[in-house]
Amino acid sequence: MLIKRRQFLQTGSLAAATLMLPKFLKAFEKNNIAIVPPGNKVVVVLQMSGGNDGLNTVIPVSNDIYHKSRPGLSISKGKALRLTNEVALHPELTAFKNLYDDGSLGILNNVGYPSPDRSHFRSMDIWQTGSASTEFFTTGWIGRYLDAQCADCGKPTQALEIDDILSLALKGSAEKGIAFKDPRRLYNTSNENYFKQLAAQHHAEEHDKPVDYLYKTMAETLSSADYIFEQSRLHPSKANYPQTELGNNLKTIASLILSDINTKVYYVSIGSFDTHVFQQNTQQRLFKQMNAAVEAFVKDMKNSNRFNDVLLFTFSEFGRRVSQNASGGTDHGTANNMFLISGGLKQKGLINELPDLADLDNGDLKYKIDFKQVYATILNKWLQADDKAILEKQYDYLSFI
Amino acid sequence: MQVLHYNNAFSEILLLNQRYVIRSNFKMPASQQVKNQHLLWRAGFGVNAETVSNIAVVSHTALYKVLETASLSQAAYIDVANDTVKGLLMGFQQVADMQQMQASVNQNQRREFRKASAQNIKNLNTTWLNEMATGDAQLREKLALFWHGHFACRNLNIFYQQLLLQQIRSNALTNFGDLLKGVSKSAGMLNFLNNQQNQKQHPNENFAREVMELFTMGRGNYTEQDVKEAARAFTGWEAKFNGDFIFRAFFHDDEEKTFLGKKGNFDGDDILNIILEQPQTATFITKKIYKYFVNQNVDEDIIAALSTSFYESNYDIKMLMKNIFTSEWFYNEKNIGCKIKSPVELLVGIRRMLPMQLEDERTQLLLENALGQILFYPPNVAGWPGGNAWIDSSTLMLRLRIPQLIKNDDTFYITEKTDDDVQMGMEDNEKSYTKQLSKGGFRIAANINWSAYTQQFEHVNHEDLYNSIEAVVLQTNKGSINKNIIEAGIKSNNKEEYIKNVTIALMSTPEYQLC
Repeated sequence: MLIKRRQFLQTGSLAAATLMLPKFLKAFEKNNIAIVPPGNKVVVVLQMSGGNDGLNTVIPVSNDIYHKSRPGLSISKGKALRLTNEVALHPELTAFKNLYDDGSLGILNNVGYPSPDRSHFRSMDIWQTGSASTEFFTTGWIGRYLDAQCADCGKPTQALEIDDILSLALKGSAEKGIAFKDPRRLYNTSNENYFKQLAAQHHAEEHDKPVDYLYKTMAETLSSADYIFEQSRLHPSKANYPQTELGNNLKTIASLILSDINTKVYYVSIGSFDTHVFQQNTQQRLFKQMNAAVEAFVKDMKNSNRFNDVLLFTFSEFGRRVSQNASGGTDHGTANNMFLISGGLKQKGLINELPDLADLDNGDLKYKIDFKQVYATILNKWLQADDKAILEKQYDYLSFI
Repeated sequence: MQVLHYNNAFSEILLLNQRYVIRSNFKMPASQQVKNQHLLWRAGFGVNAETVSNIAVVSHTALYKVLETASLSQAAYIDVANDTVKGLLMGFQQVADMQQMQASVNQNQRREFRKASAQNIKNLNTTWLNEMATGDAQLREKLALFWHGHFACRNLNIFYQQLLLQQIRSNALTNFGDLLKGVSKSAGMLNFLNNQQNQKQHPNENFAREVMELFTMGRGNYTEQDVKEAARAFTGWEAKFNGDFIFRAFFHDDEEKTFLGKKGNFDGDDILNIILEQPQTATFITKKIYKYFVNQNVDEDIIAALSTSFYESNYDIKMLMKNIFTSEWFYNEKNIGCKIKSPVELLVGIRRMLPMQLEDERTQLLLENALGQILFYPPNVAGWPGGNAWIDSSTLMLRLRIPQLIKNDDTFYITEKTDDDVQMGMEDNEKSYTKQLSKGGFRIAANINWSAYTQQFEHVNHEDLYNSIEAVVLQTNKGSINKNIIEAGIKSNNKEEYIKNVTIALMSTPEYQLC
């Protein structure tokens, strides 16, 4: 059966997969084999940890307030990468500029949430769980997507994080994503004979005991480790990626996207963007890495005809204050911009207006779009999931996909 | 295993039924050993190596008496602040007195202080772990760990953290009202919950809200208006830089407030007293204690009885804990081995049973980080969620490998998640606590005092050895792990090696994660 399916995919995917998909997927679900053929949408979340300075990312180059507030930090029109008369990108983001030019980049400005919190861990919690700043959720938004999506799905590989430690974002109450840096190391660690035998000898009793939950997680981890490793070797990406951590991680993701794995969400981070001092150097260095890695990834996806099905988006737990501080840096702020990258965007370029620097809240940007609206849009329109159940509230959709 | 193979469901069910019948024939009341270990795990951090051989000779009531008595002594203040951070503090106080320094200089000093402070908090962490692992006041430290999660506070000031920890440790077993007031007046909590910004002219509700929602009554037992009124009463509650509580009358709103149906010119103490007058506060705290110390699934009748007497005793924590740990229901089978150990309970539990010297104690912080519980860095003011939330594929596989890592000096690969609140954009130059090897590998260089443990089995016959070890290592599912898998590759002719290897193998099981 496996062979038959692959043959079909190889011959049929390019031309007709999109049209045939719903029927296709149902058939697979019936057999409890959650394999996602090409043509299915995946999301790559790129977390910019530490609070990236959005104003020096998408730059209001013609705005006097911007230049006046940052006499030592503002980037001039001549140096930045011009998008419009008013707006330019940070000089290191050349690949993002090219994506803008070919219609594969969307920029959302002023994304945030009411009563913003300036602590990294708290604001990151809010972004990762999708809670309001007055609520404390113990599960992440992708974790709850797994809960909704993956009840008894056998292989809990719908969401993967390329990291040693799993983020709260990917923890649901019943299901949790899997974190690993390297599929081979994950495989080696869990392939220890002792663990395999241990998992194999356990038989759950009819009452759900805590030990059964642990054995279930163990068995799923072991089988997922095999599955991920096997998939990562199916069509390993042959493209050139920069030899940086993000470069390696996006290459791992690319190899999995090109395989038959059932993963819908990939999660990866870069940081730290916490630029209280000497911001210019830090941001430049990180953008250089990010730019090269994303460039390689997009090229890889385009060459494999998967770019229309992949949506990569960036976020950071907060932006930074409009005015620079006395140490050549900026302090924790509020609303921020997000990049949306895909061959399948419906809205491109600057999707909404830049922040109004004349209308600040105590020196901070006011948010216009709740980040949960972005999640709701992606869950609903890209992943065909029940966003209202997952986010525990109905948010207005945006139109970028 | 059924998770993996659905195809043979029918024969699987038959097999299950068979097993169930066989198991249920063996069901009997928990033995004295199981009961005592249950008590030691819940009211402390598990069995101490030296007591393994005579664990079953006392009754659990007598054992509890021992635990309680050992925990009533005054907790010694843990002071790890080094000269660097003390010097910075003194300089800082001078600056604050002069109030003439440039804002920028101040900010740099503040940054330097926070950095030095964060390093000191690591020592506070390992020092407290040592107290849990080697101290006799097991009940006190276990309760302190519970209160540490209940009164969850992130603060990068080492002095504030030390003072708050002392508040919690010295009141862990006394009176909840005293504990609540002590914590509420601590510099750490007042700062963490922004009460220094809560002033008459512009109140900040954060502190008042969390006191009611998380520390005392729980949601649904007060109105938004009560939060506003309480916030007004807490105006003027601040802390000096050295951590002393100070009431700043100038910022205090002394007009009339209406709080939970009462009217008066309340201040913060009045609010806390009114909160303590609510039986709901006793119920909320009792339920949380029951979930932590007994079972996640609560028995409402027991909660009602416990919380009534807790309330009537004017919040006597010692009495509440005694009611729990000397009750009959605490030792019911359903309450034994049903709790997933927190990372700290797991690590400290291993250290109690296998006394060891760690070449670098900060390795433990790396494990805390990877397993999701760094002391003094709770995820938020609601504390660690606990239970199944401790377990995901990464944390479970690391948990299962820790005993082997300790024994073999094996290598493990972890890159910590950075904490930007601590690092503030700077590299943490003391990050490599451990011998970091190539490609990000780490080692737990532990020197285990094996004889303290193995000599406990001196009088155990060879044929009883496996069961004796299993009985002391595991609290649940005894006898159900396939012995052949555990014993595979172990040479049984050397008793000491056999004990070591079986112990490590049993600690590397899902069962060992439970207590």
